[in-house]
Amino acid sequence: MSTVSTLDIAALKAKFPLLQREVHGHPIVYLDSGATSQKPQSVLDAMDRYYAEINANVHRGAYHIAERSTTAMEDARTALAHFLGAPSADEVVFTKNATEAVNLVAHSWGRTNLTESDAVLLTMLEHHANIVPWQQLAAERGVEVRWIPVDDDGRLDLTDLDALLDGVRLLAVTAASNVTGALPPVRHLADAAHAVGARVLVDASQWIPHQPTDVSAWDADFVVVTGHKMCGPTGIGALWGRRELLDAMPPFMGGGSMIQNVTLDGFTPADVPTRFEAGTQPIAEIVGWHAAIDFLGDVGMEAVAAHERSLTAYALRTLTERFGDDLVIHGPPTVDERGGTLSLAYRDIHPHDLSQVLDQHGVCVRAGHHCAKPLMKVLGVNATARASLYLYNDETDVDTLADALADAGDFFAF
Amino acid sequence: MAGLEDLYREIILDHYRSPRNRGELEVPPATVAEGFNPLCGDEIRVFLQVDGAVISDVRIGGQGCSISQSSASMMSTAVLGKSIDEARDVLRQFKEMMSIHEHGLGGSDDAESGTAERPGSSGLGDLEALRGVVKFPVRIKCATLGWNTLDQALTNSGDGPNP
Repeated sequence: MSTVSTLDIAALKAKFPLLQREVHGHPIVYLDSGATSQKPQSVLDAMDRYYAEINANVHRGAYHIAERSTTAMEDARTALAHFLGAPSADEVVFTKNATEAVNLVAHSWGRTNLTESDAVLLTMLEHHANIVPWQQLAAERGVEVRWIPVDDDGRLDLTDLDALLDGVRLLAVTAASNVTGALPPVRHLADAAHAVGARVLVDASQWIPHQPTDVSAWDADFVVVTGHKMCGPTGIGALWGRRELLDAMPPFMGGGSMIQNVTLDGFTPADVPTRFEAGTQPIAEIVGWHAAIDFLGDVGMEAVAAHERSLTAYALRTLTERFGDDLVIHGPPTVDERGGTLSLAYRDIHPHDLSQVLDQHGVCVRAGHHCAKPLMKVLGVNATARASLYLYNDETDVDTLADALADAGDFFAF
Repeated sequence: MAGLEDLYREIILDHYRSPRNRGELEVPPATVAEGFNPLCGDEIRVFLQVDGAVISDVRIGGQGCSISQSSASMMSTAVLGKSIDEARDVLRQFKEMMSIHEHGLGGSDDAESGTAERPGSSGLGDLEALRGVVKFPVRIKCATLGWNTLDQALTNSGDGPNP
């Protein structure tokens, strides 16, 4: 197992073509991996090779390249299952992204199992992707939506958890906030939910790129992930679900591939996971994602986590020392409780203006509400500038961010 | 290369620091419209007092970035005291100026700064300072937020939909 001391960030960075470019005459400092990560050359090569050498539709032709293509897709499913700590590859369903995976559960499991006497418990840390599908279900079925509140430091307030869980059939929680970096106690929440017979869905979109993932250790029932935040391509994500739950769920979308048989009178759905994979899947993206999983596996997720923990501590220390009360970093104050997602408020400079000045330094941060408006309301802001750290960032990137912030302060000093 | 000075012209920063016609009007007799940029959460409220066919008072509320707030402030000074038709005309000219398609940006960094000399672009006065925003396409929505809200407020005040 690698350790932080063995992680050579300069060598890692060199594997990402985009990180070699300049922006506005400065080397790019990419601090928006929370929105999407950059991709290593090996991912780009894998997708090119797929198209150049084995492109054919899967689970169909008996010819050589069709078999190779099918094998490539199923190998990726197996690799993802290992990466997730899932007991079986059959429990891994490819989706377009994590959003589609949540929608799959809401439509298929939700519409089968929930009625108006039931409640779904969400947290105020959730991304809209883990809010709106449940609100749609609430509007359609009269299911009650409840919320675990958030304290001033952007961590979950579990004081009233027992009362909130009363009558709940599903708890849906993020493993890592995309705004504050807060890391909810997923296992604790899963145990509490299971104690009242509720199922647990974990949105691991902001977790799986940064930490070793083990769906069994969480004791989750469903876990949704996306490929493009973990060095993979856009357009591919997955749902992991317990086999017995998936087996009992009806198809989400109908079409080719997801059937055993179709007659003039109706259809028989295929077994899982094919049942939930209607139509031709994004095979090249699946292959690219496999390359990303291999890339992260080679680096070692323990090493990634250790590096980011140390870099986040450096960023919190540097920014606080340099800017003091002029800079607010939303979220838990220490790395014990948070990841490397830093939502910033600097003086009274609007996040859009801040990110515009940062851009002139080649520094890429995201400005806006980060698709988490309920949380923004709790934090008392309409928008933040968000710097999110990843395995290819280093202390120099943090220093450049600090210099750019200082420049923005000068520019808008009035 | 489009630099910060193309975006943050001094007059824009001045309107951001000292927004004009800030506040509210009683509704009715005034009318109000609200505009939101769902991408960033910026919001603008435009209060209009129309007497006869003339905008006799205008007030701006809301919060957001320097471009959205200064553009709304500059809009308020541009339409105050104008007839509805004149206000509509400024609105049309401003939105024309904000159309990136007309400027053929195409991602080139050398978009000439001399576009202010284009025929038919001279009626906007101070508002010309916002022309640089088109070099930053993501910010165009910031600059037009107040104007789209004005459009709605004019409609609410009974002048009918924009032809």
